[in-house]
Amino acid sequence: MIKRHLPVLITLAVFVVGYLICLAHFPSFASTRVVANLLTDNAFLGIVAVGMTFVILSGGIDLSVGSVIAFTGVFLAVTIEKHGLNPYLAFVLVLCLAALFGAGMGFLIHTFQIPAFIVTLAGMFLARGLCFVLTTDSIPINAPAYGQITDIAFALPGGGRLTFIALVMLLIFAGGIVLAHFTRFGANVYALGGNRTSAELMGVPVGRTTIRIYMLSSFLAALAGIIFSFYTSAGYSLAATGVELDTIAAVVIGGTLLTGGYGTIIGTLIGVLIQGLIQTYITFEGTLSSWWTKIAIGALLFAFIVLQRGLAMASARSGQA
Amino acid sequence: MQVIREEPELLEIRGLTKGFPGVQALDHVDFTLRAGEIHGLLGENGAGKSTLIKVLTGVFKRDGGTIRLDSQEIAPQNPADALSLGIGTVYQEVNLLPNLSVAENLFIGRQPHRFGLVRTAEMRRRSSEILAGYGLDIDVANPLGSFSVAVQQIVAIARAVDLSAKVLILDEPTASLDTQEVETLFRILNGLKQRGIGIVFVTHFLDQVYGLCDRVTILRNGRLIGTRPIADLPRIELVSMMLGRELAAEALHRAHRRAVTGEPLVAFRNYGKRRLLEPFDLAIRPGEVVGLAGLLGSGRTETAKLVFGIERADTGEAFVDGKPVRIASPRDAARLRFGFTPEDRKTEGIVAELSIRENIILALQAQRGWLNRLPRRIQDDIANRFIKLLDIRTPDAEKPIGLLSGGNQQKALLARWLATEPRFLILDEPTRGIDVGAHAEIIRLIERLCEDGLALLVISSELEEIASYSDRVVVLRDRRHVRELSGAEVSADSIMTTIASH
Repeated sequence: MIKRHLPVLITLAVFVVGYLICLAHFPSFASTRVVANLLTDNAFLGIVAVGMTFVILSGGIDLSVGSVIAFTGVFLAVTIEKHGLNPYLAFVLVLCLAALFGAGMGFLIHTFQIPAFIVTLAGMFLARGLCFVLTTDSIPINAPAYGQITDIAFALPGGGRLTFIALVMLLIFAGGIVLAHFTRFGANVYALGGNRTSAELMGVPVGRTTIRIYMLSSFLAALAGIIFSFYTSAGYSLAATGVELDTIAAVVIGGTLLTGGYGTIIGTLIGVLIQGLIQTYITFEGTLSSWWTKIAIGALLFAFIVLQRGLAMASARSGQA
Repeated sequence: MQVIREEPELLEIRGLTKGFPGVQALDHVDFTLRAGEIHGLLGENGAGKSTLIKVLTGVFKRDGGTIRLDSQEIAPQNPADALSLGIGTVYQEVNLLPNLSVAENLFIGRQPHRFGLVRTAEMRRRSSEILAGYGLDIDVANPLGSFSVAVQQIVAIARAVDLSAKVLILDEPTASLDTQEVETLFRILNGLKQRGIGIVFVTHFLDQVYGLCDRVTILRNGRLIGTRPIADLPRIELVSMMLGRELAAEALHRAHRRAVTGEPLVAFRNYGKRRLLEPFDLAIRPGEVVGLAGLLGSGRTETAKLVFGIERADTGEAFVDGKPVRIASPRDAARLRFGFTPEDRKTEGIVAELSIRENIILALQAQRGWLNRLPRRIQDDIANRFIKLLDIRTPDAEKPIGLLSGGNQQKALLARWLATEPRFLILDEPTRGIDVGAHAEIIRLIERLCEDGLALLVISSELEEIASYSDRVVVLRDRRHVRELSGAEVSADSIMTTIASH
């Protein structure tokens, strides 16, 4: 039982230790305001990471999510500000477009047996390119709906505000947990990551599942894009570059095996929070360059991959004995 | 006229044909399986067993013939389709998902659910119930991969049966199980037989065939040799059907055989590994050729792998020149000046893209260490010397080895080890896949090598061949060295009789 959950427990321990270190340096980390901001600031990363967890669990990868976020922002800015589209209609439209985009990538990956890396790399360039076709400028979004949505928040004791966008992220995580662990779809995703051939032999609908996985990932990336546009109140073609890599890092730090088959959604949440924690610490510190976040993430990622390899080798050895 | 009682045939295959480019894998094969029967499917390498199974489970499409299940003609499109028709297969390497829980493996695709959510508790309860029927009491929430192969196989069987399998195909299920696990499996199979399931059992273990099967079907080179009730089939006949060789009325054997005397060069005492090979004793003197004979899967290659350190022995001791040595890896073996040419040249031996010269000096260079590079002049000398010595047919030493014929590749592989000046050489199927002319040359070469004082251990499925050059022959059966033949006893017939004996 313990062994099965070891990767998540290690991630949790890292988070707790990290939080205690932050707390020791900056007592204000105990305040609900810092905690609530941690959630709000990382909401978009968390939402993409849920989709990415499904993709990686199935043994794939999705490099297109950062571009999809940027495309979503640009699309919203152009349609709402330039064409006067109702923001809510624009949201629905962009979510549908992204789902279609993801389904297309999943279809290519399955039908032509092309590595997900290549297909989503093409998807990444395609979505980023489309941003520039729409506009090369950064367009501010001033629609009243934006102000209304970002103002929704629940006051927490101690001055913190649990914002709407933080709530959306937590809801997505809850939904992701249910989907991964309590539905047939979830079992199929794990099955695909365990062994594609065996899964097929056992009657798992491999094609349908693959398409749905990438559809989900792109859909959540677009949702993250919407959240990101609330956060920045603008659409910009160069936004969210490299977010796909931050997302993959969060998923791996959260204890999901890059080779697929093993991992949890809750681990990803902790992985995202660890990244947020490091970011917040460096902001509080004030003197450190924000690039130190990347260095810390790099070191952590490295440590986690080595750890996972070690665990896998140890369990292989005990399985033989 | 005798009236034959028509028993209902559960599965009826007539005139099944399947060809691949250059080989007829199945040539009008008939096969029948009754409900409540355990039917052994036997044959040596290339007999067509796996092709038959793959056609039956929809992996391959047949070229001709009919398959009827319960009198209905069927054409499985893929393994999932075959399973839905009622044909389940369990392979030696269990084709389930080690990362999912046991319960999920049993129920994937048909999990009990309510409002779109899987009822995990219900699924686990039912899984425990199913497995209890097989005498298995395990925590079904744990990942399948955390259990032994034996348990995984039982789970695979339980899954296939629970998916309403009428026909259960077991492809070498016992190959990696120990004695106790085999007994458990047999108890389960006999239970399934009582329930009217037809079981096709593929194995190389003759004792298991006689202990479990009701009838056997023997294939050879893609053709049906016969289907017989096991009770009326003497072992010797079964073996001769498999090997395609009648007992000669007068046993032929080599008139003169040198009795090599002296101290053994290499000796193994009580050497073995659990699940791989029963402990054996073996001693080989300089200038002696010892043959290893037995059916496919009897432990011949396993013996070679243990002796060369590819597999690490867990009991017994090894001696070279009477002194105890440790052989834990091929490196250790090479340091003791052992050589090994493996059975599968393509995957384990040659590096097809490298030149003949580079292939020949590979082992020697590895022995010297990569920093201590052999000078090119010496490399050329060695390569040319062996090309001449072994008569490797090539315009020059720089040709990629992949372009040579099988026999010449085999000779180059031999040269690789001879270049290291070994004292003890293991040849696994040295004549497989090479033409007749090269065949004779390799055999002459073997004889010449041992005249030079080399100790040789040769594995071959060709009984005549092994009888012709071996001074002694160790016969293996069911992963055991059962008997050692020497002197006048060495003949193809006596080898076959030994394989078939209890």
